[in-house]
Amino acid sequence: MAGSALLRRGREETRRRPGGRGRGGRSRWRAWLYLLPALVVYLGFAVYSGLNTLLFSFLHWDGFQTPAWAGPDNYARVLTDPLLSGAILNALVLIVFFSLIPIAVGLLLTGLLLGRVRRGMTFYRTVFFLPQVLPLVAVGTTWRWLYADDGMINQALEAVGAGFLTRAWLGDHDLALFALGLIGTWCMSGLCMVLFLSGAQRIDPSLNEAAAIDGAGPVRRFMNVTLPGLRREIGIAAVITTIAALAGFDLVFVTTNGGPAGQTNVPALLVYRLAFNEGSIGAASALAVVLTLLVIVLVGAIRLLTREER
Amino acid sequence: MKPDAIATALRYGLLSTLAALVLLPFLGIVLASLHPAGGQVPGFSLPERWSWENFRLAWETGGFDRLMWSGTVIAVFVVPLTVCFATLAGYALSILGVWGGRALSLAFVLGLTLPVELLVIALYFNLREVGMTNTYTGVILAEVALFLPFGVYWMQSHFASMPRELVEAARVDGARDLTVLARVLLPVSWPAITTLAVLVFMWSWNQFLLVLVMIQDPALRTAPTGLGLFVGQYGTDIPLLSAATLLVIAPIVVVYLVFQRSFVNGLTQGAVKG
Repeated sequence: MAGSALLRRGREETRRRPGGRGRGGRSRWRAWLYLLPALVVYLGFAVYSGLNTLLFSFLHWDGFQTPAWAGPDNYARVLTDPLLSGAILNALVLIVFFSLIPIAVGLLLTGLLLGRVRRGMTFYRTVFFLPQVLPLVAVGTTWRWLYADDGMINQALEAVGAGFLTRAWLGDHDLALFALGLIGTWCMSGLCMVLFLSGAQRIDPSLNEAAAIDGAGPVRRFMNVTLPGLRREIGIAAVITTIAALAGFDLVFVTTNGGPAGQTNVPALLVYRLAFNEGSIGAASALAVVLTLLVIVLVGAIRLLTREER
Repeated sequence: MKPDAIATALRYGLLSTLAALVLLPFLGIVLASLHPAGGQVPGFSLPERWSWENFRLAWETGGFDRLMWSGTVIAVFVVPLTVCFATLAGYALSILGVWGGRALSLAFVLGLTLPVELLVIALYFNLREVGMTNTYTGVILAEVALFLPFGVYWMQSHFASMPRELVEAARVDGARDLTVLARVLLPVSWPAITTLAVLVFMWSWNQFLLVLVMIQDPALRTAPTGLGLFVGQYGTDIPLLSAATLLVIAPIVVVYLVFQRSFVNGLTQGAVKG
C-alpha cells in the first residue's frame, strides 16, 4: 500500500519536473544498452548472414571469381532440376515420419496412460527424452549399424521368422528413405509423448469427470476433452518435428549421404554439397532460401491450425 | 487379480516395452564396442573377449583429446555469452521497456525459424573475407547468434512472469536498473538461467553443420564433427565406430542425467510459452 502510494507520488514529481526528460525517458534510452550486446551479435552474424545468402541466391558465383548477376536463374533451377526439387519432395516425405507418426504415437500413449501411471514416471520420462539430447551424428552412427546387413534389425527379423525381409536397409533403393524416416520416428516419439503427457496433466480434471457423468466412454472423453485440451502441445510438437524433418542435415550426412543413387537427398545436404564441394553458391543459396520459406510457411500454417480460440 | 490391477500391469508393460525400444540400440552399441576391433559384429551379441581397449584405440585414432578440447573451449565461451546477453536483453525487453520493443521481440522470435543452412553459406564467405574461418572466435560468435533467439525469448518470458511489485518496490527504494537486475531478479531466476545454460551447452556440444563448414583444420574440430568424419574412414570397423560414438555421447549423457529436469522443462515449457 505505502509502496504503491510512494510510487504514484514519484511519477507525479517526474511529470511535474519542468521541461524534464523524466526518469522514464532516460531509463528507456539506457535500456538500449542492455539490448545492445545481443542485438549486435544477432544482427551481425544471423540477420546479416541470412540477408547475404538471399543476395547470393541471385548471383552466379563459384566463391572465388567475380560474381555475375543471375536474376531468377537459380530459383528456376531449384524448381526444375529434378535433383533439387526431388530433395524437397524427400523432405516433405520425411515430415510423415518425423512429425505425423510421432504425434500419433504420442497421442495414443497419452490416451492409454493418462493420469493412471504415477510411480516411476520420472524414470520413463528420462528414457523417452534421451534421443532428444544426443548429437544426431551419434544417433546416425548407431543406426547405421542397426540397419546393416548383420545388424540388429535383420537379426530381430530373423528371430521372428521374417528372414526373407532382411536387407541392407539404408542401401535399399526403394526403402532407404523410409528407413531414414524411421530413425526420425524413433527420435521424435519420446518428445511428443512427454509433451502430451505433461499437457494432459494440466487439463482440468472436472471436465473429464463431468463427461464421465454424462455417460461418455474413455474414447469419447479422449476425443472431446483430452484432444482439444492438447491443441497447444500438438501445435508445438508439430512445429519442432517439422523443422527437424525439413532442415535436418546431420542424420542424413552420416547414414546415407543422400544415397543410394540420390534416393535420400534432402535440401540441407545439397545446400552443403553445392556451396562447399561444387562451388555453385548461387544455387545453394536459392535452395536454402526456398527451404527457409517452406519452413516459415509450414510453421505459420501449423500455428494457424492449432491456434486456441480466445 | 482385480481388473484394475491388470490394467495397471498392462500400462507398465507398455511403458517398459517403449523404454526398451529406446534403450536397446544403445545396449547394442555398448556390446558392439566391446568386440575385438576390426572384426565382424554379428548383431546383438556378447563378445567372446571383452575388448575394453577399443575405447583407448578409438580415442587415439579419432584424435579425441583435440576434439574434446575444442568442444569444451567453444562451449565454455558460448554458454556464458549467450546466457549473459540473453539475460540483459530479456530484462530490457520485459522490464525496462524500449521503444520498438515489440518489433524487436518479434525479430528475435523469427530467428527461431531460420534454419542453419540459410546462415551458414554467407557466414562462411563473410568470415573468410576477414580471416575468421578456422578460428574458435568465428564459431563461438556464430553459435551465440544462433542460440540468442531462444535465449532472449526464454529470459524475456521468464522476467515477464515475475511479479511486477518485486521490481517496483526496489525502484521505489531508489535502486538503479542494474541493481534491480543483480540484487532483485537474478537471485530468484537461477532455475530459469540454469535451464537455459544446459540447453545452450547441449546445442553447442552437438552442433555439427556449422562447425563442419567453418572449421577445416581437423585439430580445431569438435567431437560430433570428428565423429562425422571418423565414419568416412572407419565406417566398416563397427567395434571402433561404436566406441567412438559412445565417447561422443558420454559427456552429454552425464550432463543430461544430472540436469534432466532442466532439460525436459526447458524443451517442453520453452516451446509451450510461445
